[in-house]
Amino acid sequence: MPTYRPGPVSLILAVLVALFLLLPLLAVIPVSLTPSRMLAMPTGELSLRHYRALIEDPRWIDAILLSIRIGIVSSAISTVLALCFSLGVWMFQPRFTAALVGFVLLPMVVPPVVSAITLYFLLTSISGFSSFFGYDTWLGVAMAHSVMTVPFATVLILVSLSQLDRRIDLAARGLGASVWERATRIIMPNIKFGIVTAALLSFVLSWEEIGVTLFITSVNAITLPRLMWMGLRDNIDPAIAALSVILIIITVLVLAVRSAVARQRGGN
Amino acid sequence: MRGTLSDRMGAALLMAPLLLFLVLAYAWPFLGVVKWSVTLPTPGLGQYGALATDPLVQSVFIRTLRIALIVTLVSVAAAYAITVVWVRGSPVQRIVAEFCILVPFWISVLTRAFGWVALLSNRGLINTWLQSIGFISEPLALVRNEFGVIVGMTHFLIPFAVFPLASAMRSLDDRVLLAARGLGSSRMRTFWSVFVPMTRSGIIGSALIVFVFSLGFFVTPAILGGGRSVMIAELIYLRIFQSPDWGLGAAISVVLVLFVGALMALLFRYVRPKQLV
Repeated sequence: MPTYRPGPVSLILAVLVALFLLLPLLAVIPVSLTPSRMLAMPTGELSLRHYRALIEDPRWIDAILLSIRIGIVSSAISTVLALCFSLGVWMFQPRFTAALVGFVLLPMVVPPVVSAITLYFLLTSISGFSSFFGYDTWLGVAMAHSVMTVPFATVLILVSLSQLDRRIDLAARGLGASVWERATRIIMPNIKFGIVTAALLSFVLSWEEIGVTLFITSVNAITLPRLMWMGLRDNIDPAIAALSVILIIITVLVLAVRSAVARQRGGN
Repeated sequence: MRGTLSDRMGAALLMAPLLLFLVLAYAWPFLGVVKWSVTLPTPGLGQYGALATDPLVQSVFIRTLRIALIVTLVSVAAAYAITVVWVRGSPVQRIVAEFCILVPFWISVLTRAFGWVALLSNRGLINTWLQSIGFISEPLALVRNEFGVIVGMTHFLIPFAVFPLASAMRSLDDRVLLAARGLGSSRMRTFWSVFVPMTRSGIIGSALIVFVFSLGFFVTPAILGGGRSVMIAELIYLRIFQSPDWGLGAAISVVLVLFVGALMALLFRYVRPKQLV
């Protein structure tokens, strides 16, 4: 059957856009190999010193470990909260569902800078009576990140629930399964791919979160993006280029694996 | 079955934790920000009056609107070009286009802004290359100005513009296009008078998403604008942390939320939410 395919003009324009999208990602590679201590193109010899700096400089290590810790905690919080909420929506279909889901999605649609000033207000208020949970603490950052990632986790889990056949739950219910049994033994095993995806997305969003983090940290809770930000504002540190290259490579690998897995799942 | 007592209890128990969490950690502190805007430094609507008269704030608002409009036009046009190939290309073209859309999408905003610094700064790739071939003697000012901000934001927002366009193009009936071609319409004419009008809902959705995003954009303008091309979000940051005027920062936030809320309401009037995914 013939199909409508893009013509030569479309293809040329698309190639230009593709180059525009990839160019800045490729540009960091030569910068990361410069022997210079400042941002510059390498002239002549190449050097791996900025990659070494990432492993040897404790600031980078500390920031990476902190970002991982915050990512795991905030992803756990937002996945559990989103899962319970979505199960409630799906199993009981309460009244005002649309309004409640809309409320949960607010942090996703409100401009990030407004969420940032809101969470800044929250954490500075908490700081008044608790020193390890408020402004510039890792627990405070983890909580703020949960607020920002929970709408995304909820959307993913609700989408995978919407593809689930209601009749298996009705059958379990008819056979006398309790709410707890239906949730944990019937529904959750069937949406585990969605739950894992929600947890992973929450982790990734927390791992790269910068807009809110800038407002709620100053000197103690320095996450990886926060450290990159500091290196980008003042004298640009080429270690950021080395880090960027590593992050880009990881992204490409993960996407390649994901699309291979998706193709296999689609093939079966 | 719906609405028995135990059902309502179960739903309440399952949904309560997240709702409670967001009320305490999001809705309540937002009201606190609103309170700041009408109490700092003195009670009253003085800060909103200042918003309407302060020439600095107004110039930032106008610059933000101008940049957001330009970025929206360029992003949607560019996204359209690559989405056509992603949705309608040959299998190989589709894989390549998907790669070019999804890889930048998943890379953090900081890394992408840094990539543009590496390309556009005085000692970056483009200036180094142009100087080495003798085309220019002094580096071009490509970054730390509005040009850099527009380029960086467009780069960030193209993938977001792609998704609504892609869903509009996927739902389009092939036979209409083939009929136009079969009736002797040229490629160009089929594209402009059949294909584009039929994807209008996708274009509107995509433009509104990009516009709303670019109004509250913070990271890219702060890095690529270098403090010279301040947009609303950065002004809020500056009023909270650098020349503290929390009341003004809060008032700008409230106005921004209202404006974005109005735009979202518009979006949902024209585009059904399902068409966006």
